[in-house]
Amino acid sequence: MAHAVLVFVEQRNGEIKKSSLEALGLGRTLASDLGGTVAAVIAGEGIAETAASLGAYGAAAVYVADDPVAALYSTEAYAAAVAGAAAKAEATLLILSATAMGKDLAPRLAARLGWSYLADATEAAMADGRLTAVRPRYAGRAIWKLAAVPEKVVLGLRPNSVAVPEKAEGEAAPIEAIDVSGVSPRARTIRVESEAQGEIDVAEADIVVSGGRGLKEAEGFSVIRELAGALGGAVGASRAVVDAGWIGHDHQVGQTGKTVSPSLYIAAGISGAIQHVAGMRTSKCIVAVNKDPEAPIFQVADYGIVGDLFEVLPKLTEAVHALKG
Amino acid sequence: MKIVVCLKQVPATDSRIRISGDGRGVELSSVDWVVNPYDEFAMEEALRLKEKLGGEVHVVSIGGEKVEDAMRTALALGADGAIVLKDATYAEADALSVSRALAALVRRAEAEVVFCGKQAVDDDRMAVPAMLAELLDWPQVTVAVGFEASEDGAGARVQREIEGGREVVEVAFPAVIAAQKGLNEPRYASLKGIMAAKKKPIEVVTAADLALEAPGDAIEVLDVTAPPAKTGARMIEGDASEQVAELVRILHEEKKLV
Repeated sequence: MAHAVLVFVEQRNGEIKKSSLEALGLGRTLASDLGGTVAAVIAGEGIAETAASLGAYGAAAVYVADDPVAALYSTEAYAAAVAGAAAKAEATLLILSATAMGKDLAPRLAARLGWSYLADATEAAMADGRLTAVRPRYAGRAIWKLAAVPEKVVLGLRPNSVAVPEKAEGEAAPIEAIDVSGVSPRARTIRVESEAQGEIDVAEADIVVSGGRGLKEAEGFSVIRELAGALGGAVGASRAVVDAGWIGHDHQVGQTGKTVSPSLYIAAGISGAIQHVAGMRTSKCIVAVNKDPEAPIFQVADYGIVGDLFEVLPKLTEAVHALKG
Repeated sequence: MKIVVCLKQVPATDSRIRISGDGRGVELSSVDWVVNPYDEFAMEEALRLKEKLGGEVHVVSIGGEKVEDAMRTALALGADGAIVLKDATYAEADALSVSRALAALVRRAEAEVVFCGKQAVDDDRMAVPAMLAELLDWPQVTVAVGFEASEDGAGARVQREIEGGREVVEVAFPAVIAAQKGLNEPRYASLKGIMAAKKKPIEVVTAADLALEAPGDAIEVLDVTAPPAKTGARMIEGDASEQVAELVRILHEEKKLV
């Protein structure tokens, strides 16, 4: 059966990425605009159960590449899986979440399929039969609205741009296997090294608490970590403190770091240089805490507190704990 | 070993970006142009690979007159040669067209390893390295934060940054490697290097030389606008306890975020 839209669903250790479900939700909306259905494609090893769960999120069919070659992420094996599924589904639109995996895979697929590539969109819709997408460029200082000219498109969707669809009970989607056993990748992931267990990545978090020079020293991050912990959020950082070695680069938000759009972004002791703002300006709600009332961060923030972050943040952490009981 | 580095010139990140009069692009006539920051990590890694295994580093780029500055800088750092596709039609070309042109340049340079920056900071598409690898039918490792070539030059072990960790990838050459910040600490050009660069060749080629078709128009720009003006934060007054109480009330009751 043909499906209008195909969505690549990312899993690691059998766990589906939240942003893939967002992509599936958008896929369902766009498929219905196109008068068709959305199918999902997933790759890995021993993922039958994970694949079966996708029907509940709107997938009308699930293409599964379940093979040892796909046990860990491999550009070549995963590209073969998705391209194979795209051919079977006869889809004209392929959506991937713009994660580390999605951003590696999407352009490779666009080149293989010869489809246009709309990268890192924050919005997408069908208009007059064409896919249109919105994406910020030049560090968010200009917003491009684009339309794909040919009808076949690979769309990269920035995480946290759309809502996760409601889970419907009891809907099982038909499963179809994609054979990738013949792929012999020239680039092989031999292992995955994880950061500190339980830490949430800034790019995926729904709440981010970031610290900058106002923390005075590396140890200052403890107030950031405590607040992030209380909120169930991730720890972010400005470039200045990453360059100073106070925290790892994978926490950096901004132009040479990560781009985030969480529901809540708390910037503490960050002045708000354009390079930082580039990475967080699409956050839905921005709170800034800074001792300098003239700090540019207050221009982009929704709520501002002028004060000492070492006084404000611990009180905030305490209040959040009290609220959550 | 023949190593190629893809370089792009981009507006400096602190440049003032103005929306052009027709609302279909940005006005770039007064910006300062710099080498894309991620390309500097690519360049450094290429030089280190040459130092380890021997061979040559060639830089390739697409653009007009301005690209020559970037090429000279790369030659001063230690690149052995440079090829520039001089063609203004690529300035706003889609990523696949750019990748096709780069693939032709890579083939012309007979490269075995290609280093790129993981993305250009002007369009931020992060598309070209993977597309280039696909067009060459080579493997790719993008967002590389660690790179160690094997002694025999057959491949490399590459660390790739992912959410909350790293993938350790073993890749066989030829391959495309896309550099992330943290891969290395780029060197500065020496005076001797700058002098030597003046004598090194920059080969200028045209689309016809590379038998390239005109860039496609797979993406149409509908409009370009400035981001919604922020009116500035609503400042929460009072002492720290009052400020926190009010903020929590807003986040909990009004915004339902906490």
